[in-house]
Amino acid sequence: MKVKSPLEVYKFLPQTNCGECGYDTCMSFAAHIIDRSMKPENCPPLFRDAEKDEKIKKKLEQLIELTSPEIAEVVIGTGDNAIKIGGEDVLHRHEMTYFNPTAFFYDVWDTMSDKELEERCSKVVEFRKFYVGKFLTLDGIAVRCTSDNPETYRNVVKKVAGYGKPMILIALNPDCMRAALEEVASTKPLIYAATENNWKDMLQLALEFNVPVTLRAKDLDLLKSLAVTFKEAGVREIVLDPVTEPLGEGLKGTFERVVNLRRTAIQGEDKDIAFPILITPIAAWLIEGDEVEKAYWETVVGSLFIVKYADVMIFRSLEPYSVIPEVTLRFNIYTDPRTPVQVESGLREIESPDENSPVFITTNFALTYYTVESDLTSAGISSWLLVLNTEGLGVEVSVAGGQFTASKVKELMEETGIDSKVKHKVLVIPGLAARLQGAIEDETGWTVKVGPMDSGRIKGWLETNWPPE
Amino acid sequence: MGKMTIDQFFELLKKYDIEALEGVTIEGDLEIEIEESVADQSSLAYLYYVVQEVQNFLYHANIAMGHLTNVSNLLGMPNPFAQAPALAPPTPAEVPVPEVPKVTLPEQLAKAKFEPFKVEYPGKIQEVVLGATKKDGGTRGEVVVLGGEKSLPFYLFDTPQPNLPAVAVDVFDRKPMLAKAVREHYEDVLEDPADWARKAVKDFGADLITLHLISTDPLLEDTPASEAVKVLEDVLQAVKVPIIVGGSGNKEKDPEVLEKAAEVAEGERIMLASATLDMDWERIAKAAKDHGHVVLSWTQMDINNQKTLNRYLLKRAGMDPKDIVMDPTTAALGYGLDYAFTNMERIRISGLRGDTDLAFPISSGTTNAWGAREAWMKDSPIEDDSDWGPRELRGPIWEIVTGLTLSLAGVDLFMMMHPGAVAVLKDFMNTLGGKISGSVADAGDWIFMEG
Ligand code: B12
Ligand code: SF4
Repeated sequence: MKVKSPLEVYKFLPQTNCGECGYDTCMSFAAHIIDRSMKPENCPPLFRDAEKDEKIKKKLEQLIELTSPEIAEVVIGTGDNAIKIGGEDVLHRHEMTYFNPTAFFYDVWDTMSDKELEERCSKVVEFRKFYVGKFLTLDGIAVRCTSDNPETYRNVVKKVAGYGKPMILIALNPDCMRAALEEVASTKPLIYAATENNWKDMLQLALEFNVPVTLRAKDLDLLKSLAVTFKEAGVREIVLDPVTEPLGEGLKGTFERVVNLRRTAIQGEDKDIAFPILITPIAAWLIEGDEVEKAYWETVVGSLFIVKYADVMIFRSLEPYSVIPEVTLRFNIYTDPRTPVQVESGLREIESPDENSPVFITTNFALTYYTVESDLTSAGISSWLLVLNTEGLGVEVSVAGGQFTASKVKELMEETGIDSKVKHKVLVIPGLAARLQGAIEDETGWTVKVGPMDSGRIKGWLETNWPPE
Repeated sequence: MGKMTIDQFFELLKKYDIEALEGVTIEGDLEIEIEESVADQSSLAYLYYVVQEVQNFLYHANIAMGHLTNVSNLLGMPNPFAQAPALAPPTPAEVPVPEVPKVTLPEQLAKAKFEPFKVEYPGKIQEVVLGATKKDGGTRGEVVVLGGEKSLPFYLFDTPQPNLPAVAVDVFDRKPMLAKAVREHYEDVLEDPADWARKAVKDFGADLITLHLISTDPLLEDTPASEAVKVLEDVLQAVKVPIIVGGSGNKEKDPEVLEKAAEVAEGERIMLASATLDMDWERIAKAAKDHGHVVLSWTQMDINNQKTLNRYLLKRAGMDPKDIVMDPTTAALGYGLDYAFTNMERIRISGLRGDTDLAFPISSGTTNAWGAREAWMKDSPIEDDSDWGPRELRGPIWEIVTGLTLSLAGVDLFMMMHPGAVAVLKDFMNTLGGKISGSVADAGDWIFMEG
């Protein structure tokens, strides 16, 4: 995004403060364009005026250009499952935030048995890992053409399309690619890849079927040449693959190419290569070693490029020990550092509690709250959960920082009227808040029991500690 | 073939795979007259109009053109757009003569040169030497040098990186709580810190040893400082690598313990871990100065606090910048790694930009990764989670990914535990650091590999 202050955006707006965008003033709307929570499209009067007035239309186009992200956005897939990649504006997350999390695709190939194919596709579709109130999932399936036979490839691609996930079609032979596209072009797969050797045919296919296309070249002059050629021919959705070499000098070189590409696009303002980057950790399966070594190294390569600039990746390992760290790291790196993740404070009922159910207390930091809530729910523990407003801080942090105090606990208990909901007067606090035990007892007159350090162990703890004597 | 409705026509288009037209409804059932041989020009103009209507669905009009051409060929009629429709359509009054958008594919690739954008920073991270060999009055076999960067970690294409990050392995003076996957590698040495250190160096490739004197904790054995540091002497005897000494974390007791450690390790240039804002940091700094050691300046995830403590050590305690390493706190993957990463990255960039209060090597307590339940728990406590798989493989990778991520933020020294994690992280850093030659024969082979 070329503009940095709301004032620069304000100049382009109608300045009527009409409120249609949902904000009271054009200035406040402008601030939201700067933090990218709004787009020019969200100001309806601007669009209406532009239809009538050429001059305003020009201005609008200028505004859109000034506020569009530095790295082009590309969409793979259609409908609810469509996934957006690219669209980044900064090199370091603290400069604002990263926007579109790296998309994870997992490979299948057209010479694998139906059974294996089904197994892998289902794994991709079904993977779920609970984290901060939602389930982390995987994005899509990359179908490799290993048969070199257009009909075989066509059939397998068609089958995979049935799973409804976005796809990457991997075939260097244009005839195979054409066969697949004839079948599934309407699902908007990303095609992989145009190279120095087949670029003309791939360009034809990208234009004819209107699908995003990957350009693959290790030499960055060549990669840029491909990008310029495709751009000039009218292809809008381009993804760059600077070739992932998984090992030794190769990996070091890959790192260099990726950093240079992204840095030159953003800081060097080179629009010709300002496209999403594709990385293939799957290349780690070319190294010597057993399955675990390969999967580990694939995870290492993947992690490196989650942190540094990959927008889409192709993986092989679907082992939990690979996938769980990858999806977690992606979430962490792409979390918006500008907003603390917190939930509302108050009283939550877990699994229809009654007057004999235990009363727990935790904080309103999203990571803490959701961890505790899901632990209680999963273990089927009927209980009352008090959620203290610690300004979005976890237990240990807020105890240390003074946001978790006995007097605030008392206030919360009064507000929620917890004493009228249970017959006992026993409050269970987190193990990490043990030092507040006495103070809370004094403040509230309740008996305070110190629970385990980790809420995952509440179930076992209750077996010996509940009901209280 | 004589008459054909628009619907039929679209059916036909569909049959020829113009899926983009699906879902288009045309109001009123238009009839198009198609003569056996000569097409009715006005209907063709209409047809063009219709095609224009659906252009929203067709990103490239030439696709439609191409298909129309196919269809007309099929119907044995001349290409409707080869001869532009001359007649105006009945309604609307005016439709401009279509310009056929034709894609001519370029013959050659455009010639472009990629000019990488260069970044230079004015500052440099301090070089800090840990350990001392005989010539400097110590008994270490080799020293470890941290820091010295002039650009972001592993950006060797910007400037060379004189020292790659080092890995220290944790050793405790009493049995600590350890995750099973970690403990099983140390089962035979848990009772003897000297053996433990030997094993960490010999078998697990530790560049340094961090000895945690946790038994000094008043809530545990409350071992007196003078007693506890005997273990330090044993460890100094047992291994030749540089040593880091940590207390129990007790704010009152630690200064005394570290002071004693500084005394008995005179000349060895150990690192005292740690000075914090809420303890007597001045006393620790003095001990380091008096006996020629290094201080670890530890703050909790706060760049301003880090700056404050570093300034205190420099300005108030009068420490030499060559004797400071800092620990801005490590949180595990999934448990605050985002905060830790960004805090360290900001600190590093500030240092490179010339803030000399923050231009110190960074240390990370990567072992914290084992606190994450994903690292140690057997199964997920969440009912709807996919299977978590064997924890023996989950745990080490949790430590690896935590360390790897922070290595990209600027960490120079990792304190770790799992031998597998140590090996992989070192491999990774040596690779990016240019210490591992070779590559795979053809990095594109994965495209075709069967199985
Ligand atoms: C991330 C982090 C931060 C982030 C906090 C972000 C946030 N939104 O909370 C930031 C950078 C802001 C931060 C700041 C500080 N931090 Co800090 N921080 C951490 C860190 C790395 C992770 C904490 C975390 O998020 N854990 C994950 C969450 C989910 O855990 P949790 O909330 O505790 O919940 C678990 C359990 O408590 C339990 N549980 C929760 N509720 C309940 C309820 C019941 C009934 C039961 C039984 C169990 C239970 O189950 C949960 C799941 O396991 C820890 C170090 C570590 N442990 O790794 C230090 C740490 C907590 N921080 C610490 C400190 C000192 C601070 C500061 C005071 C530093 C300073 N001087 O400024 C400030 C305080 C700021 C303030 N309060 O004003 C110290 C606390 C020391 C202590 N014990 O007193 C720690 C331990 C670091 C250390 N080793 O010194 N910190
Ligand atoms: S809709 Fe547009 S004109 Fe109206 S207040 Fe918002 S920004 Fe201003």
